[in-house]
Amino acid sequence: MGFLTLDGLTKRYGEAAAVSDVSLGVAKGEFISLLGPSGCGKTTTLQMIAGLVEPSAGRITLDGRDITHEKPDRRGLGIVFQSYALFPHMTVAQNVSFGLEMRKVPRAERDTRVKQALALVQLAALADRYPRQLSGGQRQRVAVARALVIDPPVLLLDEPLSNLDAKLREEMQFELRGIQRRVGTTTIMVTHDQSEALSMSDRVVVMEQGRIMQVDAPYRLYESPATPFISTFVGKMNRLPGVWRQGGIEAGGRLLPCDGAGLAEGAAAVLAIRPEKIGLTAPGGGVIDGCIKARFFLGSAWFFTVETSAGLVGVSLPNAGAEPACEGEAVGLAWSSASAKAGRPEGVLSA
Amino acid sequence: MSSARAGTTPWLLAAPGALLFTALVLVPLVLTFVLSFHVYDTASGVKDETTLAHYATILTDSYFLNIFWRTLRLAALTTMLCATIGAPEAYILSRMGEPWRSIFLLAIIGPLLVSVVVRAFGWSMLLGPTGLVNEVFRALGLGTVKILYTETAIVIALVHVMLPFMVIPVWTSLQKLDPMVEAAAWTLGASRFTALRRVVLPQVTTGLLSGSLVVFGLSASAFAIPALLGGRRLKMAATLVYDEYMHELNWPLGAAIAILVLVINLVIMLAYQRVVEARARRTLG
Ligand SMILES: Nc1ncnc2c1ncn2[C@@H]1O[C@H](COP(=O)(O)OP(=O)(O)O)[C@@H](O)[C@H]1O
Ligand SMILES: [Mg+2]
Repeated sequence: MGFLTLDGLTKRYGEAAAVSDVSLGVAKGEFISLLGPSGCGKTTTLQMIAGLVEPSAGRITLDGRDITHEKPDRRGLGIVFQSYALFPHMTVAQNVSFGLEMRKVPRAERDTRVKQALALVQLAALADRYPRQLSGGQRQRVAVARALVIDPPVLLLDEPLSNLDAKLREEMQFELRGIQRRVGTTTIMVTHDQSEALSMSDRVVVMEQGRIMQVDAPYRLYESPATPFISTFVGKMNRLPGVWRQGGIEAGGRLLPCDGAGLAEGAAAVLAIRPEKIGLTAPGGGVIDGCIKARFFLGSAWFFTVETSAGLVGVSLPNAGAEPACEGEAVGLAWSSASAKAGRPEGVLSA
Repeated sequence: MSSARAGTTPWLLAAPGALLFTALVLVPLVLTFVLSFHVYDTASGVKDETTLAHYATILTDSYFLNIFWRTLRLAALTTMLCATIGAPEAYILSRMGEPWRSIFLLAIIGPLLVSVVVRAFGWSMLLGPTGLVNEVFRALGLGTVKILYTETAIVIALVHVMLPFMVIPVWTSLQKLDPMVEAAAWTLGASRFTALRRVVLPQVTTGLLSGSLVVFGLSASAFAIPALLGGRRLKMAATLVYDEYMHELNWPLGAAIAILVLVINLVIMLAYQRVVEARARRTLG
């Protein structure tokens, strides 16, 4: 039983279900991400928790209290909207102060708490500006301060970083997580960006077509994705089809070593391996040989597409400071059998 | 070459409009202004001497002052009613889904396609002693109520005619408002009413104020509705001018009234516009 629990939460629009049977327990102080492609029902789930969308079925409880049908103004949750939804005719300080005014907090206390909240997001100097005079990142921080100042039991964030440019987004990821750690507010963040979900959350909830597919810590989600969809949605994954033989998968005339518990000899199977778990060797030195078709420099790493008899294989190598193999060069691919997993085609991959 | 063309092109483009405006608005206005200073004599008509007597008469005669006061009062009342009906109407409209939104918008704008005279006749049929409204009153045992040829009839019809001019600007400013802003207020603990008052209303004040400006200006100079629903005795500024011209044949006095109405209207609207602009600058930047 979590601090916030969703129990069989469902939302139907006519015949179509935007969210189906979502059940989840969130512990106090936890940072949870709802991750999934656009249109999978993340926002709908978040807005049901916020009270802005009426669930078709299911229950929501907060700290033992059933809030399924409570009005949004009675729930007291902090919400940061994707568009930030700041009050355009109020200054930054007035925006942040609004929730306290609604709670009839006395003037003097209100002022100190607004000041503290703005200091928390490093915006104390801009208290008298209007939202239109702020940059995207500053607006986002005002929205966070406005949601946090009311001391909400739960903070809900709907793609809070998607409107920011790449550099700022990375900074804000750290900053947001830092603020959450300091304040300790239970947080649910919606995102379609897998790297954001992995880097920020205690646990990641992966959704697809309105359903929860997997709930796991980021590292475990990455290492043991529950479905092929998750394996390719979270990080990159090479998937090489073949036939299971003792100790590996036979594909492209080679036996590729991998871990394949529970598979029958001769059964059709797929080998799954992450690009960064493959090393490049001289031709003949690895598991299978191939030819580099394309090479991309990513700054911290190099990414290669290697054509082999088993199919195209993506390989990622850390940038060690020297230029590696070029396009058109023949290479060997090496990996340890523990880092590759075999599964049934479209079946469960995790051991 | 091209810079010379850039200098004259705007003038050339503006010329047809400017000529039309000069011929149809400025020239008659100047003629009316000049006429208002001419001496009028019942025996010989307009004379070539000038006088300020007409203005003195208007500003001292309680008959004229009463009509001016009624004009301002009814125009202000119409504006207030249009704002109180039109703003909620626009809000509901903006929260409607298709296809209802289009249907209701058409129902609001549709009447603009019908002549004001026709609509005024419609109201006089409804409000008359044997009209539908009084039939209903009698059926309810309330007896016959005199509505036609009262200020009530004028205001009812004016509100009906002016409502689109209020709904449309308010609706436009609501369109620019992110609906999530209102939701944000709810989640911060504001009731529906508080969210409307503190968050939505300040966003639509510009629309509300500019709508008021149009409604007030049009109501204060309305002619057909007071003429048809106010009857012979209940006059407003525009019907008064018509009377002086067509019945009394005292054109200079009519001209003086017209000029005074124009000046009063202009002063009120400019002052109001000041307020609107100051407000808009503060809230929207
Ligand atoms: N008000 C609505 N009416 C009908 N369908 C809706 C409505 N809101 C969302 N949907 C549908 O529900 C699904 C999930 O939407 P949403 O929760 O916004 O997805 P996400 O936030 O994951 O991108 C989508 O297919 C969307 O079209
Ligand atoms: Mg969304």
